[in-house]
Amino acid sequence: MTINEIEKEPIKTGERQEKACQDILILGIESSCDETAASLVRNGREVLSNVISSQIDIHTLYGGVVPEIASRKHIERISQVVSQALKDAGKSYGDLSAIGVTYGPGLVGPLLIGVSYAKAACFAAGLPLIGVNHIEGHIAANYIEHPDLRPPFLCLVVSGGHTHLVRVLSYGKYEILGRTQDDAAGEAFDKVARAIGLGYPGGPKIDAAAREGNPDAIRFPRAHVADHEYDFSFSGLKSAVLNYLNSEKMKRHAAENAGRTNSETGSKGDVTEAGRGEEIPPIDIHDIAASFQKAVVDVLVENSMKAADRTGDRVLALAGGVASNSALRQALEKACTERGIAFYRPSPVYCTDNAAMIGSAAYYAFIRGERSALDLNAIPGLRLGE
Amino acid sequence: MKLLAIDSSGLVASAAILEDGLLCAEYTICHKKTHSQTLMPMISEIAGMAELDLQTLDAIAVAGGPGSFTGLRIGSASAKGIADVLGIPIVSVPTVDALAYNLFGTRGLIVPMMDARRSQVYTGLYRFDEANHFLVEKEQWPAGIEELISILNEKGETVTFLGDGVPVFRERLDEGLLVPHSYAPAHLARQRAGAVGALGEEYFREGRYSSAADHRPVYLRKSQAERVRDEKAASAMG
Repeated sequence: MTINEIEKEPIKTGERQEKACQDILILGIESSCDETAASLVRNGREVLSNVISSQIDIHTLYGGVVPEIASRKHIERISQVVSQALKDAGKSYGDLSAIGVTYGPGLVGPLLIGVSYAKAACFAAGLPLIGVNHIEGHIAANYIEHPDLRPPFLCLVVSGGHTHLVRVLSYGKYEILGRTQDDAAGEAFDKVARAIGLGYPGGPKIDAAAREGNPDAIRFPRAHVADHEYDFSFSGLKSAVLNYLNSEKMKRHAAENAGRTNSETGSKGDVTEAGRGEEIPPIDIHDIAASFQKAVVDVLVENSMKAADRTGDRVLALAGGVASNSALRQALEKACTERGIAFYRPSPVYCTDNAAMIGSAAYYAFIRGERSALDLNAIPGLRLGE
Repeated sequence: MKLLAIDSSGLVASAAILEDGLLCAEYTICHKKTHSQTLMPMISEIAGMAELDLQTLDAIAVAGGPGSFTGLRIGSASAKGIADVLGIPIVSVPTVDALAYNLFGTRGLIVPMMDARRSQVYTGLYRFDEANHFLVEKEQWPAGIEELISILNEKGETVTFLGDGVPVFRERLDEGLLVPHSYAPAHLARQRAGAVGALGEEYFREGRYSSAADHRPVYLRKSQAERVRDEKAASAMG
């Protein structure tokens, strides 16, 4: 049976019930950015294998993800990653119920590798195809380790490309309360990390540097968006950090010049004494990292709590690559505990881009009877709920 | 032997099924470049119409490059997905070779040219000998149009051109060439999966195939980011 036939044939109620009783085994495939990943997930929550091939070493050379290089790496690794996921789980294509694949949002070149591969594999194996929204995948990552987590709940999705505050109404149904108006939180981490010389990837590097800094050393702005109380804006914060950095550099430059002029003229005495008195300590990037991170975390926590208070949701889940950030986890946990809100977050391995979360999200779409056709395309700007 | 052939290296999307030297089905479309949406439905369509039992396929032949980077990867990823499920190998047919093979039996030089932008073409020099053996005289490479013209003038032989570089450079060729030359007609002028498959059969018999995992497109060009990085490194050295 080809996919087209499955598409045209509505799933009969009896059949669906029967399928619900059986194990549903889904192969998830993810290639939206710089991770080639495949995973086998049983019944949406049990991960049988989770293979992630990261390209981070290559992109570090360029200070960020280069889409063409990422695409070239994906095509070289997709077969190996998928076959490893099947092997680790001890399964073959014949055991699968469906294949779920990320079709957006993300980088179009990388997305197309996973989408093209998944479509072809579904065609050859006669399996249903399920296109999965990457953000929906991040949200579903929370189902994997928390069997008790069920909608409705509030979810804060923060990653290199996304910052969303979402109400998960039921599986696959979302109400978006807030999103970023400019940079994603993770993007701001990358840009600031580059500016203060920490390099790529910014998230983990700022997190580490911040541990040795004072989060209250510098007061960076907390942006609030007028008329959209749950929205975020991080570009102003990023500029504030860059401005601070520049003005501090200039102060030191001026002081240095003053010192050099003095010694060059050979004048000793009052002027030099005065110069010494003004000596400025070197810029402390740990303080900048900690203060910047606190500004980001404050806004993320504040908006989340505001939303929880307003909606009455008693469950908050965190998702996305930035969900690994230790300061964010601690601050959210503390705020939730104070309000009696249950706080969920995935382990770091499910925060980063992975295919287990895609397999989990695909499972709920599969149960709902959703199927994608062989003309499924990559949609780089795909929004949640589309 | 039975092959599924794919070419999505340029504006053309094309899929074909070949069995023992016979073209059973071919679907070629040169319209909008939306290969990610069209290629798999096309394959599915011809497989259905030709009643192809996928289990009987021996290999997937794919235009392995050069071409549009994204187009090549859509073809390669599709070939890999099918090949992995069926456990069969991939025959990577150089895109320019397959284009030249369209003109089987042509006398003189066959020179496919694909528009590579930046005043370049992906090209190669090919001929069929007296016994119609396919000879690769110069393997595919990215050439400046003036470089190509001077090579052909030096050879002094009759030339037949084809490929999507023709409409881009035809005027320049007519001006610069001192040798008799002509251009392939509509049904032979672009990529066709039939030719990829026919040549793929030959290559398969010669053992020129790989596992799906080992297959990778041949771009003949580095990415923009790598070029910039190399230039920086070179100027730092100099």
